[in-house]
Amino acid sequence: MGVLPWVWWYGFRRHLAYPMGSLAEALTNTAFGFMRAYILLALWEARPSLGGYDATDAVTFCFLTQALIEPVRVFGGMDLTQRVRTGDVAIDLHRPVGLQSWWLADDLGRAAGSLALRGAPPLVAGALVFGLRGPGPAGLAAFAAATLLGVLVSFGLRYLVALGTFWLHDERGLQSVTMVLSLFFSGMVLPLVVLPGRLGTLAHALPWAAQLQVPADVFLGRLTGADLAAALAFQAGWAAVLLAAGAALTGAARRRLVIHGG
Amino acid sequence: MYGLLTWTWTRAAAQYPVSMALLALSTAVFSALDAAAIALLFTRADRIAGFGVDEVLFLYGTSALSFTLSDILLGNTERLGHHVREGTLDVVLVRPVSPLVQIAAEEFSPRRFGKLIPAVAVLAVALARADVAWTPGRAAMVPLMVTCGAVIFGALWVLAAAVQLVLVESHGATKTLTYGGAFLTQYPMTMFARDFVRTATFVVPLAFVNWQPALYVLGRPDPLGLPGAARFASPAVAAALCAVAAAAWRTGLRHYRSTGS
Repeated sequence: MGVLPWVWWYGFRRHLAYPMGSLAEALTNTAFGFMRAYILLALWEARPSLGGYDATDAVTFCFLTQALIEPVRVFGGMDLTQRVRTGDVAIDLHRPVGLQSWWLADDLGRAAGSLALRGAPPLVAGALVFGLRGPGPAGLAAFAAATLLGVLVSFGLRYLVALGTFWLHDERGLQSVTMVLSLFFSGMVLPLVVLPGRLGTLAHALPWAAQLQVPADVFLGRLTGADLAAALAFQAGWAAVLLAAGAALTGAARRRLVIHGG
Repeated sequence: MYGLLTWTWTRAAAQYPVSMALLALSTAVFSALDAAAIALLFTRADRIAGFGVDEVLFLYGTSALSFTLSDILLGNTERLGHHVREGTLDVVLVRPVSPLVQIAAEEFSPRRFGKLIPAVAVLAVALARADVAWTPGRAAMVPLMVTCGAVIFGALWVLAAAVQLVLVESHGATKTLTYGGAFLTQYPMTMFARDFVRTATFVVPLAFVNWQPALYVLGRPDPLGLPGAARFASPAVAAALCAVAAAAWRTGLRHYRSTGS
C-alpha cells in the first residue's frame, strides 16, 4: 500500500480529534440554518415554487448546505498556506509523493472527518423542526458521488489559492477575495435558483456551483437520468481543469521557492 | 494604550501592501454580500413578511453599522480561546495593561474599517428612500439605536470571550451569539417564528439592537405586542447587558487556570 491512504487516514483522524469543538461549530451551523430557513420560507410564502423549488426544497437546501459548509470548505483555506509562510513546505517538497497528491489525500481525509462530525446535527435539527426532503438509496449514492466531486472542486480552488502564497507571501488577501466568490456563487448566501436572469445562468456555470448547488440538487432528487449525468460531468470537468492547473502551477511554485532559498 | 497598540499592528499589516489592499476591499465586499442578498430577495417579491426592501435595508444598515463598530473595537476577543489553548494568555496577564485591551487590540488590522463602507452606504440610501414621517424624536432615535446596538454587540463579544476562558472549545458555538446576532438583526423579526423572536427579545436581547427602536422609527406595531416603552428600552438593556458581561469577564479571569505549557 502506498503512502497516500495513510495520509488520508491521518487527515481523517486529525479532524475527528476535537469532537467538542466540531459540535460547537455544528451548533452555529444549525442556528444559521434556522435563520436562513425562516428567511427563505418568508420569500417562498410570497413566491411559491420560485426557481422550481417548493418551500420544503428551500428549507432542505438551507440545512443541507449548512451541513456541507465544512466538508466542502465554503469559507476556504488550507493548512498548506501556513506552511508556505513558515517555510515548512520545504519538508513537504522532499516527500516521496507530489505536493498536490499529498495535500489532496490529506484534504479528502479532512472532508470525511468533518462530514462525520458536522454533517448530521444541522440535518437532524432541520428534519425535526421542519421536515426535510431526502433522497432514496439510488439518490443517496448519486449524492455521495456529487459531494465527493464537490470536495475535489473545492480542493482544486483552494490549492490554487494556497500556491498563490509562494508569490504573495501573505495569503490572507487572496484567500478572502476567493472566499467572497465562493460564498456567493456556491449558493451559500442564497440558493442559486433564486438569482435572476443572467446572474443565475453565470452562477450555474462557475466552478463554485459544483461545491454546493449541484450536490443539493442531487439530494433533492431534482436531477435524474441524463440531467444527473450532465451535472456530475460538469463537476468532474471543473475538478479535472482545476487539478491540472494545480499540477502545472506546482512546478512553477517549486522553482519560485528555490529562488527564495526556502 | 488601545490606540498605541492598534497603531503598531496597523504598521505591521502595511508590510504586505498587496494583501492589505485586497483584504480591505474583500472585507467591504464580504459584508456587502448580506445587503446584496437582501436586494436580490426583493427582486423576486415586492414585500416579504410585510416589509419592503427599503425598510429591510434600514434594518441591515443599523445592524451592520452597530456590529461593525463593535467588531472593530472588540471583535478580536474571539481569539481568546486560542490564547488559552496555547498558554500565551499567561504572558498577557503579567503585562501591566488590561488583558481585555491587549486581546482586543492584538493583530488589529485597518481592513476592519472596510466593513464600515457598505454599512454606512446602505444606511444612507435606506434613510433617504424609506417612507418615514420624520419627527425630531425619530431622527434622534437613529444615532441612538446605532450606539446602543454597538454597545449590546460589544457586551456580547465580551460575554463570548468570557465563556471561552472556561470552555476553551466554545468558540464555534459563541459565534451564534455574535455573527448569528449580526445576521438575525438584519431582517425583520416578523420573518421568524414566535418562540425564536421571544428568545431574541428576552434571553439574548438582540431585538433591542435595532428591531424595537426601528418599530418606533418606522411606526409599526409590535408582533409580540410588547408595551410602547419597549421601543425606548435599548439604552437600559445595553447598560444591563454590559454589567452582565463585565461580571462574567471578571469571574472568568478569576477562575482562569493556565494550561501550564
